[in-house]
Amino acid sequence: MFSYTIRRLTALIPVLLGMTFIVFMMIRAIPGNPAQIILGQQATKKAMAALTKELGLDRPWPTQFWEYLSGIFTGDLGVSLKSRVPISEEIWPYLAATIELSLVAMLIAIVIGVNAGIISAWFQNSWFDYVAMVVALIGVSMPIFWLGLMEQYIVAIQWDLLPTTGRDNIRDPVEAVTNFYLIDSLLNNRFDQFIEVIRHLILPGIALGTIPMAIIARMTRSSMLEVMRSDYIRTARAKGMKMFWVVYKHSLKNALIPVVTVIGLQTGLLLGGAILTETIFGWPGIGTYIYEAISYRDYPVIQSGILVVAAIFVLINLVVDLLYAAIDPRIKYK
Amino acid sequence: MNKPIIEVKELKTSFRTDEAEVPVVNGISFHINPGEILGIVGESGCGKSVTSLSIMGLVPSPSGKVEGEILFKGENLADAPESRMRKIRGNDIAMIFQEPMTSLNPVFTIGEQLIESIRIHRKWNKKMAEARAVEMLRLVGLPRAEDLIREYPHQLSGGMRQRVMIAMAMICDPALLIADEPTTALDVTIQAQILELMKKLNKETETAIMMITHDLGVVAEICERVAVMYSGRIVEEADVRTIFQDPKHPYTIGLIQSVPDMRDKKERLYSIPGNVPKPGAAQPGCPFAPRCAHAMDKCVTKTPSLKSLSDGQKVRCWLYEDGKGVKLNDTAIS
Ligand SMILES: Nc1ncnc2c1ncn2[C@@H]1O[C@H](COP(=O)(O)OP(=O)(O)OP(=O)(O)O)[C@@H](O)[C@H]1O
Ligand code: SF4
Ligand SMILES: [Mg+2]
Repeated sequence: MFSYTIRRLTALIPVLLGMTFIVFMMIRAIPGNPAQIILGQQATKKAMAALTKELGLDRPWPTQFWEYLSGIFTGDLGVSLKSRVPISEEIWPYLAATIELSLVAMLIAIVIGVNAGIISAWFQNSWFDYVAMVVALIGVSMPIFWLGLMEQYIVAIQWDLLPTTGRDNIRDPVEAVTNFYLIDSLLNNRFDQFIEVIRHLILPGIALGTIPMAIIARMTRSSMLEVMRSDYIRTARAKGMKMFWVVYKHSLKNALIPVVTVIGLQTGLLLGGAILTETIFGWPGIGTYIYEAISYRDYPVIQSGILVVAAIFVLINLVVDLLYAAIDPRIKYK
Repeated sequence: MNKPIIEVKELKTSFRTDEAEVPVVNGISFHINPGEILGIVGESGCGKSVTSLSIMGLVPSPSGKVEGEILFKGENLADAPESRMRKIRGNDIAMIFQEPMTSLNPVFTIGEQLIESIRIHRKWNKKMAEARAVEMLRLVGLPRAEDLIREYPHQLSGGMRQRVMIAMAMICDPALLIADEPTTALDVTIQAQILELMKKLNKETETAIMMITHDLGVVAEICERVAVMYSGRIVEEADVRTIFQDPKHPYTIGLIQSVPDMRDKKERLYSIPGNVPKPGAAQPGCPFAPRCAHAMDKCVTKTPSLKSLSDGQKVRCWLYEDGKGVKLNDTAIS
């Protein structure tokens, strides 16, 4: 298992290299000159040329790519053209904000989705089953931006129950330690802020978590239905086991194998949804970071931002593969 | 002998499928004495498995309906609540199934599944339960019992898995073991070993066995008494010697003639022409009539009842009502 993990990690290197190259080339295909954007419309040719040189953008692209690549291996993600701060120093708060939101969304999706799927399968054709599956069907086809805006309009504005934007109360911001505000507020002994952070997480968490929740619920249901028909479930019942344990122990562990795949895939896709959710809810995450960088033609930030997101995606897939082995003893990685 | 361990009276099990009620078991009665091995023989689809599931209270609800009496040590299981049935299953009545390859849960170790079987019914600690599990694995003739409890089902052969199933069924020392075609899926040498094992356990533990099979060879090997089922009814019941030496019902005679090597004169494998009628078509008359060489006018209009002959032999056929009878040498089948 350990050597398998190492080998899988090694195999990631060419993947990440390829991704770096593609992102690097794509960004240079975007029209617009960074020097011009930084200096504004009235900039002189001379000033622009000087800045282009200073930014290193005048050199041939292979040289630029090589420099960028060797930087990455030493942990240097480049310097932001806009803020002039090394990206590796400023990216973390954004990344943490996205991870926190995604984890909360995934937590909502998994806890509700898996349980709804289990209960639907257990009481197949009951009213719960029907309601849950109709809701799931609607959930799968729900556009994030529409759901997000409706949440804001109804829950935040009409009912005034929850805040519309941001991660915390602007007048009483959380003092960053790890940049995971759920943790930081507790580290600072500010339980009131902890509640406030949760209140900020609910709406974007639901907006982002609804699609994966619906997909997970449907997958869990069909997987459970199949497992519950199998011979070993009949064996478990013939032992005199309580139905609850037959479902939550003997069936679930088998049914989880395909569900884990879906959860992994959805977690990857979540990153895409997160960027959309962040713009709707003014969430200062990696999506916002990249989005702003794009409008500024901040090449290094776009490049490194996308690279970091892609690396996370690949890592999630690795974790999913390793999870299989933990659940299913028939899979042995050598 | 003392009172029967189980007495089934007029058991009727039917399934509701789109409006129609399909009777699968059609009023069968039999009993098993303590320590006795009763064979239930019949072609595929005649309702053997449904009979055993009815006794276990595992007929799928709400589509299935069980009527009649199932007296286990005097208690009627047919109307016992699920909570009571759970205490009986695996503890007083245990069951093993036809498919050893799929009857064990693939994601739990052999030990986990054995230990669980005890701890559902007994308040034993893990250590005691594990010791008992190892003891049971030895009892069913499995080598390396201490290592085996840490292995997963996929690491075992079919024969070994069926031994594990038997160990699991016998672990709480049940009064009755229902074995639903326990050897059908195994190859011949393993079949013989498993039957030998069941015979041994029956002697040592005095557990009564209800041996379901469509193989008269299995019956000859271990049963003391046999009930022959046809289309949801018992058509003949007798002790094993009588069944082979003096079968009465044309269907039983056909079955015996279709067994290779059973009567050495016959070289060619004889099989009964025609098929078991599909359950549902509840017509008057003897269900075997379409395939019977002795069918009379009466046979198609009126259903014969189970008539007791000498020596406790019972037969359901008009020929014996009229005192005519058939000899084994006669052609039984049209
Ligand atoms: N849940 C169910 N719903 C409807 N019909 C059923 C159900 N279970 C069994 N049956 C029907 O009952 C009949 C008898 O089935 P059963 O499994 O008892 O046969 P069997 O004698 O055990 O045969 P085999 O030797 O193939 O195991 C079959 O025709 C089957 O289609
Ligand atoms: S009752 Fe008639 S049809 Fe049925 S087995 Fe006897 S002789 Fe054959
Ligand atoms: Mg069967």
